[in-house]
Amino acid sequence: MTAMTSGTATVTLPTDDQILITREFDAPKHLVYKAFTTPELVKRWWSAKRGEVTIAEIDLQVGGTWRYVAVTTEGGFEVGFHGEYREIVPNERIVSTEIYEGLPEGVSDEEGGTVNTATFTEVDGRTTLTILVQAPSKETRDAIIDSGMEAGMQDAMDLLEEVAISLR
Amino acid sequence: MARAATTADAFNAVAELRRRQILDALAGGERAVNDLVRLLGLAQPQVSKHLRVLREVGVVDVRNEGRQRLYRLNGHALKPIHDWVKNYERSWTERFVELDAVLEELKQKEAGDDGND
Repeated sequence: MTAMTSGTATVTLPTDDQILITREFDAPKHLVYKAFTTPELVKRWWSAKRGEVTIAEIDLQVGGTWRYVAVTTEGGFEVGFHGEYREIVPNERIVSTEIYEGLPEGVSDEEGGTVNTATFTEVDGRTTLTILVQAPSKETRDAIIDSGMEAGMQDAMDLLEEVAISLR
Repeated sequence: MARAATTADAFNAVAELRRRQILDALAGGERAVNDLVRLLGLAQPQVSKHLRVLREVGVVDVRNEGRQRLYRLNGHALKPIHDWVKNYERSWTERFVELDAVLEELKQKEAGDDGND
């Protein structure tokens, strides 16, 4: 993958229980890291234009917790996530857990939570951010991409790369 | 985007490894059943069974040519799966567009700070 399409996040499914999000930014990595870990700045981008971030709490230390809550513009739904930092290498890498606060009844944090690894890599003043989402199961991975989805789909992305061409 | 859980949709059709292998083979072009039997190393009845599932959801089309039945990929039937991942991708893209704006401001601020030193 080249940096030609820097405006679009690239999502791939490396294994049955992972999601990999990749995006390049026209900024050095210490600034991307700063925007990623500073509450006032997270509030400005995390909900995109789909809502307003009402809570962004970050205790940036190993064992420290984070919590983001947004209220959607459409419908006024409250959407919350929280987790714990497991590994922090400033300007390089953050490993943290992530738990959706609206998990269906009976789904434990272990079953529904993910471990996310954010990596910041700078080349010539531009930064590639990758977020590897490690889900506990394929079912959870699929549910993250489509909460209404039952088990069924496996990694079809390689195939879809080819198929996408036929859709043009 | 929620989708109904049915047994006869493209999602379930591609959830099976052998069927994905058939689709991979057909991505290279139209093939006869015998070709697929050879490529997959499966018995013909099994290949036919998978092809039937793929046909039912419209992911592959078939035509007769002489005594042969030729199968080909119908990419449009796979579009829902493509869209499924694309929707998720779009939400991250939107989020990162906002992050771009934040970064632009941070860069300018940093450049300004340097100038004041």
